[in-house]
Amino acid sequence: MIRFDHVSFTYPDADVPTLIDVDFIVPEGELCLVVGETGSGKSTLLRAVNGLVPRFSGGLLTGVVTVGGRSTAQVPPRELADVVGMVGQDPAAGFVTDVVEDELAHVMENLGVAPDVMRRRVEDVLDLLGLHELRNRPLSTLSGGQQQRVAIGSVLTAGPRVLVLDEPTSALDPAAAEEVLAAVTRLVHDLGITVLVAEHRLERVVQYADSVVFVPGDGSPVVIGDPSAVLSGSPVVPPVIELGRLAGWSPMPLSVRDARRASAPLRERLAPLRPPQPAEAAAGDLVAQVSGLQATYGSLTALSGVNLEVRAGEVVALMGRNGAGKSTLLNHLVGLRAPQRGTVRVCGAEPHRQSARDVIRSVGLVPQDNGVLLYHDTVAAECVAADRDGDLAAGTTRAVLDRLVPGIDQRSHPRDLSEGQRLALALAIVLGAEPALVLLDEPTRGLDYAAKQRLIAMLQMLASEGRSVLLATHDVEVVASVAHRAIVLAEGEVVADGVARDVVVHSPVFAPQIAKVLAPETWMNVDEVRAALATLEGPSQ
Amino acid sequence: MTVLHQQSAARRRREARPRRMLHPGAWWIWATTLAAAALRTTNPLLLGLIVAVVAFVVASRRTDAPWSRSFGSFLRIGAFVITIRVVFQMLFGVRLDGTTLFTLPSVTLPSWAAGVSLGGPVTLEALVGAAYQGLRLAVVIACFGAASSLCSPYRMLRALPSALYEAGVAITVALTFAPQAMIASRQVRDARRLRGRAERGPRAWVGSAMPVLEGALERSVALAASMDARGYGRRGAISVRTRRGVSMLMLIGLGAVAVGSYGLLDESAPSILRMPPFAFGAVALALALYLSGRGAERTRYRADRWLAPEWLVSLSGLAALGAMVVAGRHGAALDPSIYPLAVPALVPVPAIGIAVAMLPAWCAPRPPALASLETITHFEVAA
Repeated sequence: MIRFDHVSFTYPDADVPTLIDVDFIVPEGELCLVVGETGSGKSTLLRAVNGLVPRFSGGLLTGVVTVGGRSTAQVPPRELADVVGMVGQDPAAGFVTDVVEDELAHVMENLGVAPDVMRRRVEDVLDLLGLHELRNRPLSTLSGGQQQRVAIGSVLTAGPRVLVLDEPTSALDPAAAEEVLAAVTRLVHDLGITVLVAEHRLERVVQYADSVVFVPGDGSPVVIGDPSAVLSGSPVVPPVIELGRLAGWSPMPLSVRDARRASAPLRERLAPLRPPQPAEAAAGDLVAQVSGLQATYGSLTALSGVNLEVRAGEVVALMGRNGAGKSTLLNHLVGLRAPQRGTVRVCGAEPHRQSARDVIRSVGLVPQDNGVLLYHDTVAAECVAADRDGDLAAGTTRAVLDRLVPGIDQRSHPRDLSEGQRLALALAIVLGAEPALVLLDEPTRGLDYAAKQRLIAMLQMLASEGRSVLLATHDVEVVASVAHRAIVLAEGEVVADGVARDVVVHSPVFAPQIAKVLAPETWMNVDEVRAALATLEGPSQ
Repeated sequence: MTVLHQQSAARRRREARPRRMLHPGAWWIWATTLAAAALRTTNPLLLGLIVAVVAFVVASRRTDAPWSRSFGSFLRIGAFVITIRVVFQMLFGVRLDGTTLFTLPSVTLPSWAAGVSLGGPVTLEALVGAAYQGLRLAVVIACFGAASSLCSPYRMLRALPSALYEAGVAITVALTFAPQAMIASRQVRDARRLRGRAERGPRAWVGSAMPVLEGALERSVALAASMDARGYGRRGAISVRTRRGVSMLMLIGLGAVAVGSYGLLDESAPSILRMPPFAFGAVALALALYLSGRGAERTRYRADRWLAPEWLVSLSGLAALGAMVVAGRHGAALDPSIYPLAVPALVPVPAIGIAVAMLPAWCAPRPPALASLETITHFEVAA
């Protein structure tokens, strides 16, 4: 169905090609998962399927991409609209119309489908994706998961034989992500559509995949094959497979269900051991205190009566659905918004009354889209500017950056850094002024497993220096690894505030994979299990 | 008792009528005819009546979608226009005789700028005249605001003939640039604060302009890619040359119609600029539509139908315009006297015509419920 015939691609102004001699075939009706580290060229590969690369990106593509028997070199993307449906990471960025039903019909209008057929297909797709209750809704009022399903529906009405999804769940909370992936697997199983999907959180899709394409990103050839075979050799794996490698399971389990069935012996071995106890509740000084905070946007309540305390040396995770009020709370803590009711105090002062120069010495925020913090054209210039902004000794920011991630090229443009490096640069800029409280909004978005490990190490380093960290995130694995305390927000209220382990493990939505496999014991990640097993084996060796 | 019962039965029947969206064309005809009527008068009573009618219809027939809440901001723009008009009259306007209210210090400009007067005595007559003219413009703005809050811009676009559709989409996309740039500039301002920079001054603007433009440009490219991937701009059966020809014909036709209708509305226009360009434009448009309709590959999903309510809505607007034109021909005082300053009187014929334009509040079908406020739960503003 999709055929890459010795395809290489180089972006304009790039020294090295992004894709080198990619050669594979995806047969009809398969769900094919594309994995690879951040920046390895997954998106480039996906966008080449209908010719958006190179037609919209520029650059040089050699070799032939054929889809449904048509070569992308001969026809522009618009002539492939009835064969390939392409859905990007940010669905809202691609909406043309303003109401769900019109958005679904847009592609068919362009293709000239007869009105009665259009009517029927829209109804079918509304049912297929569970959108019928939303048919008249303005697109701007939909939640993230709903928008993503509408975006999928808006290409599906054309009756494409191939669906290409680029990280469809990267911006979604766990429940909304499940909703989207359930819709996708239904399409594969009921309609036989060929699906090519890139996804960071492999654990969500890998169990449904028929094949996996591994893009190494370092110039070595792309590997395609059976999921468990490809993944057992890949550096990018979901936690169940990491556990499988540790325990030496074969065949490799891909889902919690498989792992659970294979894990009986492992659980027996772990039975005498206790999972590491929650870190001592930090006894440091009070750094930030929020009491009775209320915030509204128009007629809509974002926060109602939130109370919160953060102490020195504590890492606190802020969790909750998209729109639960996490970002709003962070904005208040850093003084971007003034409280309508209630008080916010950080280091004894009210941040919204302080000047920008004073605020950055007590609290710093790395926003969700950390690119907005960066506006110089080299890393070096960025660091120098940060020193000047904060009245710091020259070289301070650079030193922080080197401590976080050594070896970033001074001359590279911030835009060309990998997601993980860019996050480190933004964090370094914020840390230069030595704030007591560091806030991070969705820092794991777009990070692969390796980059997440580095982020966890950075956060642990900050906590050990006595700084407090408050991170808003959907990523349970990161919370499980690094947070002392977890706070769950819903509808603008704090619904849970307690030891991270307790809050996370007992929720069917939030619980990490390892906790599900090894329940009822509260092991949270593979490192804990590895460390525990080492103590078992230690004495005998 | 019986009367009460009958009333409630009538109300039940009315509310049982199926909800649907009125054809956007009908709303635009209604709104443009009312705006045209407003352009022919400076009588504040008639203008006020038009605003009242428009606001009443909007309040009773708008949807609950976000774009429907824009009417208020159009009214605010109108108020701003009136203020500006009056202030400019005070500062730069031509000096008129009459009751002097106060005198501003006047500046005599050098000889090369002769004829321009700054400051000087401000008369009541001049201010009232300026306010009337400002009000007229504000009412026109309110009429267009009403049309855009009664039907979304995209619905109007869909009703356009397919030859104009692509240009139309390009325009709507361009229109989204401004609100996006607003959001982006807020983000950049916040980011500057997060970096500890001073927030004001021209240097701040220079520093933030680039990221804002870059961000907006990136979004536009992403949207263009999405549109292309969904078949926008596919070549139909007609050749590129024919299509360009049709578009050109359409533009010429629209231009001619615009000139003609201006001529028809402005009493002082020479007669050569009235009926001839209007008729020529209408024929050109009809021809272009016919040509683009043959062999167009685009189809329309659930095309809006033109039924009795659509006729009533457009005719009610035409009635208001007609009454105004007829009254003007028969010498009614559509422009109240400023010399001497007189209390404006309500002119009956146009007033009745404008009252007829209130009909849509009853005869237009109710719009279906789109989104209630409670369902909008995620307008989270990202940091």
